Amino acid sequence: MMDWSIIIEKSILVVVLFGVSLAIAAYSTYAERKIAAFLQDRIGPDRAGPWGLLQPLADGGKMFFKEEIIPNASDKFLFILGPCIFMTTALMTSALIPWGKSMNIGGREISLQVANLNIGILYIFAIVSVGIYGIMIGGWASNNKFALLGAIRASSQMISYELAMGMAIIAILLTSNSLNIRDIVDQQEGFKWNVFYQPLGFLIFIICAFAECNRTPFDLPETETELVGGYHTEYSSMKLGLYLFAEYTNMFISSAVISCLYFGGYHFPGIDSLHLSQNVAALVSVAVLFSKTFFFILFFMWVRWTLPRFRYDQLMRLGWQVLLPLAIVNVLITGAWLTYFK
Amino acid sequence: MQSLTNRSVVVRKREMSFMEKLYLPAILGGMALTIKHLFKKKVTNKYPEVKRIFAPIYRGVHVLKRDEQGRENCTACGLCAVSCPAEAITMVAAERKQGEENLYREEKYAATYEINMLRCIFCGLCEEACPKDAIYLTDRLIESKYDRKKFIYGKELLVEKIDERIDISKRKKNYTMA
Ligand code: SF4
Ligand code: SF4
Repeated sequence: MMDWSIIIEKSILVVVLFGVSLAIAAYSTYAERKIAAFLQDRIGPDRAGPWGLLQPLADGGKMFFKEEIIPNASDKFLFILGPCIFMTTALMTSALIPWGKSMNIGGREISLQVANLNIGILYIFAIVSVGIYGIMIGGWASNNKFALLGAIRASSQMISYELAMGMAIIAILLTSNSLNIRDIVDQQEGFKWNVFYQPLGFLIFIICAFAECNRTPFDLPETETELVGGYHTEYSSMKLGLYLFAEYTNMFISSAVISCLYFGGYHFPGIDSLHLSQNVAALVSVAVLFSKTFFFILFFMWVRWTLPRFRYDQLMRLGWQVLLPLAIVNVLITGAWLTYFK
Repeated sequence: MQSLTNRSVVVRKREMSFMEKLYLPAILGGMALTIKHLFKKKVTNKYPEVKRIFAPIYRGVHVLKRDEQGRENCTACGLCAVSCPAEAITMVAAERKQGEENLYREEKYAATYEINMLRCIFCGLCEEACPKDAIYLTDRLIESKYDRKKFIYGKELLVEKIDERIDISKRKKNYTMA
């Protein structure tokens, strides 16, 4: 007989994660506009609801009621497929993140992680790479030169920065001896956060994360000033909404991944000395991970409203001639240290 | 070559130093700068509730003035229309009839007087041109409308009401701010 309860348990977790990811993506748009405003001495949206808190709903509603345009010259199937792939992949990676310590409900140990794959990091990387196809297909199918340019930029940028990112991860894998994200997080218990052992790796990783999420200063695929809208120039209505939404979801997930890999995930120094019961401790650990994640989301936005965009040749030079060699050196140093001093 | 002014500066393209090439110190500096703005006073006015105070020289919607006895000042001389760079003003003149002395100050008056508010650039030249103290720009704003035709303001909108005089003292030469 199959164990139905595990299916129910995981389904609930998946649905909750789904909702939380979407809600956070929606409110990231609000946070982005508020932060942009505050950093520019403005106050930002404040009309829809108290302090403008209903603004994401208003924006979403507007998106739904916009006219849905599919250009005549576009490849209709691929045109619709593009945003679907992008959104789906953006939502898929959250399954691998250990959101907190396990809970105990009615004698059942419930892990707050949908799937504890032993190749967790590889899976996330694979899914993120598939996500690029969403952009490429969308830009290609639009049959518009601006969209195509945006798509080409996106693909070359992501391929270039994925290399350095992977190299930065390898250093972590060397020290942790595991590809399993929960293992990596648990090894950082206490204050043994990876960022203290891998500062260079962290720097490379976060720069690449900016590039992977198409955030300024690496937002070349959608430069308004040069490419109208970049790869989503021809998109309208909810398909555009999906693209924009998926970008914020990506930002949320990469913030969570950064927190897990480098900042101890759901661990917080001194959490054990509080002697909380298991379930309360689990909830606290979830809150800890979320506050770390939110910090990084805000960090992403803070950077966006500070830095101007790179030029394309600067972007490529940074990726291939600076970050990749640095990441390789980082791997070598880590390897040497592990061989001779451990 | 000798420079024509003493303001010219020789531009030098200097190699960046190692610290500058790292970019990171500059990025951190920039981020410190932006985060400081988070705590600065915000300049936004919450518009419909809080209205910005206009400068005394603000040039908004025109008013066609009446004199103390409530007679229209304008004599339809057309100088405002001639001086208008945007060609926003048109008018049709008419002769004052017997018994209309309480309505129009001069013997000739504007039967219709129209300003196209979409053409007007609010330069104030009409006001300067007017020999009869008839037209002034005020600190009122044009209302938004959906129909372009409604932006052509006729006399019913321009001429001030007898019981609702528009204060234009701010536009006079010797006005000083209170
Ligand atoms: S303000 Fe200038 S543009 Fe407007 S009506 Fe007068 S002269 Fe013409
Ligand atoms: S407003 Fe002044 S300038 Fe214009 S027609 Fe009347 S009197 Fe002449």
